[in-house]
Amino acid sequence: MIRGETRRLARGLAFTGLWVVGLGVFTAYPVLASLYYSFCDYSILQRPVWIGLENFRQLATDDVFWLSLRNTLFFAAISVPLGTVVSLSLALLLNQEVRGRAFFRALFYLPSIVPAVASSMLWLWIFNGQHGVLNQALAPVFALWGGQPPAWFGDPDWAKPALVLMSLWGVGNSTIIYLAGLQDVPRELHESAELDGAGPLRRLWHVTLPMISPVIYFNVVMGLIGAMQVFTQAFIMSGGPDGNPARSTLFYALYLYSTAFYDLRMGYASAMAWVLFLLIAGLTWAANRVASKRVHYSS
Amino acid sequence: MNTRVSPASRFALYGLLGGLALLFAFPLIWMFVTSIKPVEQTMDSPPSWLPLEHSVQWDGERVEVTLDGRVAEPSLWLVREGAAGREVRLAPVAGFDPAAEAGWRVERRVEPGWWTVTERSATKVRERAPRRDAVPPEAVKTRVRPRWENYPVALASMGGRSVEAAEGSVTDAPFNPETDATFATFLRNTLVVCVLGVVGAVFSNAVIAYGFARLKWRGRDAFFALTLATMMVPFPVLMVPLYGVFKDLGWVGTLLPLWAPAWFGSAFNIFLMRQFFRTIPEELSEAARIDGASEWRIFWQIVLPLSRPVLAVVALFHFLYAWNDFLGPLLYLTRKPTFTLALALQNFQSQQGGVQWHHLMAASMVTVLPVIVLFFFAQKTFIRGIATTGSKS
Repeated sequence: MIRGETRRLARGLAFTGLWVVGLGVFTAYPVLASLYYSFCDYSILQRPVWIGLENFRQLATDDVFWLSLRNTLFFAAISVPLGTVVSLSLALLLNQEVRGRAFFRALFYLPSIVPAVASSMLWLWIFNGQHGVLNQALAPVFALWGGQPPAWFGDPDWAKPALVLMSLWGVGNSTIIYLAGLQDVPRELHESAELDGAGPLRRLWHVTLPMISPVIYFNVVMGLIGAMQVFTQAFIMSGGPDGNPARSTLFYALYLYSTAFYDLRMGYASAMAWVLFLLIAGLTWAANRVASKRVHYSS
Repeated sequence: MNTRVSPASRFALYGLLGGLALLFAFPLIWMFVTSIKPVEQTMDSPPSWLPLEHSVQWDGERVEVTLDGRVAEPSLWLVREGAAGREVRLAPVAGFDPAAEAGWRVERRVEPGWWTVTERSATKVRERAPRRDAVPPEAVKTRVRPRWENYPVALASMGGRSVEAAEGSVTDAPFNPETDATFATFLRNTLVVCVLGVVGAVFSNAVIAYGFARLKWRGRDAFFALTLATMMVPFPVLMVPLYGVFKDLGWVGTLLPLWAPAWFGSAFNIFLMRQFFRTIPEELSEAARIDGASEWRIFWQIVLPLSRPVLAVVALFHFLYAWNDFLGPLLYLTRKPTFTLALALQNFQSQQGGVQWHHLMAASMVTVLPVIVLFFFAQKTFIRGIATTGSKS
């Protein structure tokens, strides 16, 4: 009996052994080490020195930290709702009886798998203030009011909105998830609602959206987690972790990266990482609270 | 799904879809169009759609030129043979005083609407100054010609050669394998990371997921719950200590941190595969066990062949992740010969300062194209993969 159990345990561990190592070395140890470093002065060149809450105290008065947090929250607060509306609208369009659905679906999805470095470069070119195709098209429109189109990534006020617009190009992934959710909505529900005299908008509001609310919840949470960690696009746009122009695209992950790997303030960066972790956990918890009232899970 | 739709709303629906499709396709089309243009045409205002080649007849020879501008008023084309070679300039007829133009010779009269042209330099470095002239519009012959030669030049200068060396007009310093690289190096590095990563991810996650899905052992469920919990940890939390781990292992500066961890499983893929394995009927395993098959054989010969769909999803998404990853290479790679394509592309851009847009777009096209090709061959796997990811919430 005992022997059989030991054998089963040994067999289970034999199959999951790689993961025991992987979890330990590449996740569990780093999480614990990072927590420890967040209370230390640590520069990777020397041993960490315990300084208690000093890192967190400094964070509270670090203007650049607050700026990066504001930039990130601004980006998330605009790009996540906008992305949700756009991707859900695309999915609703594709869910109509249209010919060539596979073609449109492929077209909307494709941009989301373009390597971030290449797509950032491309948008940097499209948004180019002088020669970019967008401003070439916008210039005559703005000229009607005697104005000029914004310089986008050259203008601190417009760099973040430009990043948001760019992020909309990549909503295809969530569009596919929404579409899958929409196709799972039972047809009978629509038919009976129609029999009861509900128009298309009421059916959307009272049938479709409640039925796919778990999918919306999933996408919003994933979108939030992703937006809070936005890095590559901003790194390419400003040619490094400075968040140019005028730190307007200095996002949390960029500041964390440059703190850790340019300034070698690894302890301080770890403290930032834990603040981010708590922030994401908090946002997820808040989303959960909303979801428990609004999300409809059919059994 | 609407069953009764009026023709008007049909029309609106297709119009909307078509417009959106254009909007989504445009950036990639623009990337391609830019990549096959000569540099001066990338800055055309208004923007042009097709790459053009202009040429004029000079001394019985057709020479490719760039159109510099149109002559606005009746003018004279002046020539001077000076110490610096042949100089040319345009002077308006109105108010022209030959006495004040010592050394300049009037070559011809130029009418409004004529083009001033410059001989197109094949390279930036040359023995003599490019020839300039003013010609009537009908003397300029224009045809559409994609400049495919942008690609080899872009890829060579991505590797660190100067544009001139890439075009063959000068010879750079000799190739130093410690600091220099070629496009082929970047491609090879990327493929190493992708292929070794994919093999590792498919193999390890399948083995691990089998342990969670098909075997019963003490602590399994607690361990699995812990596995799921690790998915919540954002990467920045791991970033600093992970760098230390790779440094201690002596992996920093090599490709190992980018593919080796895939051989030790990842929570999400374990979860995905476990869900799939659980749908395979237990009776198949039981029958094999009665026949005396070992657990490994059941896994390898029964469960795995039935699990191709989920293996394909994991393989595809890991490939895509490894191909596109930028932060990983940025953190761990220090020397150019170890760069992956994504990092090399960013490096190329930061060194160019963003002027040679045709070359940047050509290099970007090269990193995007494999992804597009992959997508068209594996579309079903992509769509299935994403759809299952979303609905497993």
